[in-house]
Amino acid sequence: MSGLLEGKRLLITGVITDASIAFHAARVAQEQGAQVVLTGFGRMSLVERIAKRLPTPAPVIELDVTNQEHLDGLADKVREHMDGIDGVLHSIAYGPPTTLGADFLAAPWEDVATAVQVSAYSLKSLTMACLPLMQPGGSVVGMDFDARLAWPAYNWMGVAKAALESVTRYLARDLGPKGIRVNLVAAGPVRTMAAKSIPGFSGLEDAWTERAPLGWDLTDATPVAKSICAVLSDWLPATTGSMVWVDGGLHATGM
Amino acid sequence: MSSIEEIQKGLAEIVEEVAGVAADDVSVDKSFVDDLDIDSLSMVEIAVQAEDKFGVKIPDDELANLKTVGDAVNYIASNA
Repeated sequence: MSGLLEGKRLLITGVITDASIAFHAARVAQEQGAQVVLTGFGRMSLVERIAKRLPTPAPVIELDVTNQEHLDGLADKVREHMDGIDGVLHSIAYGPPTTLGADFLAAPWEDVATAVQVSAYSLKSLTMACLPLMQPGGSVVGMDFDARLAWPAYNWMGVAKAALESVTRYLARDLGPKGIRVNLVAAGPVRTMAAKSIPGFSGLEDAWTERAPLGWDLTDATPVAKSICAVLSDWLPATTGSMVWVDGGLHATGM
Repeated sequence: MSSIEEIQKGLAEIVEEVAGVAADDVSVDKSFVDDLDIDSLSMVEIAVQAEDKFGVKIPDDELANLKTVGDAVNYIASNA
């Protein structure tokens, strides 16, 4: 039996450790037949080491999504490994310490601007950088944390995720005529490096495991990874501008 | 299986490479955070390199308990 992503060429951002959601997405994608190229930021030696732990060691391209030279050179660097891109995973977010787990009312605009640029505007930047290599049927997936609601500790990152949700809708509008889908996976909390660096996020984790109708395992990124692969596959061909909740169903519950 | 001395020497080399701390300063009584000023991502990178070098698995929860160089050396020695 061939895999869900047989023959697909994927560019996956956001791997920093083997706990990263993006690492598990890359792992499941390879298991399903995809060819994967990673991008890394900052700690390239760490990302390159982690890339060797995938079922098939993946090449890593350095990419700072706020660096125009990196963005301009991305397509050529991807071409060294693959002759096109069928799917892109955007798993990138950053907020300075004032924007997460601190006093919401005290965060300065400069810090908020950084959070929005890295976490939301970058979906547009990354997608445009990949576009020369993409064809009809291509799929772009971003990682969301449901931004319709105010959460404990999440603060201005929640605002940035609201922007990401809107960027997704506009990208879907403008890339639809090219046959390219743009969607988000709104995941429940997974204990990654990123999640553990948010002060006060653990309180939210406890509520999730207690309240999600299907239950929720904070240490298992595989359900999120499988869902990302589903959206990257050909099996949601008429879905764009959407967010798919992968949260054990918590979003559907009240008190 | 490496000896305690080999583990300490190998770990010191990793710390020097990742965090730029002179290997001679990486002695068993030093705290990674308080004495060697190593941030959380550098700690992860040190752990990943140590896993590859010594064939040991250092889970994240365990990593948080490894406060000193000696803690790490002992953990690697008893789990490799």
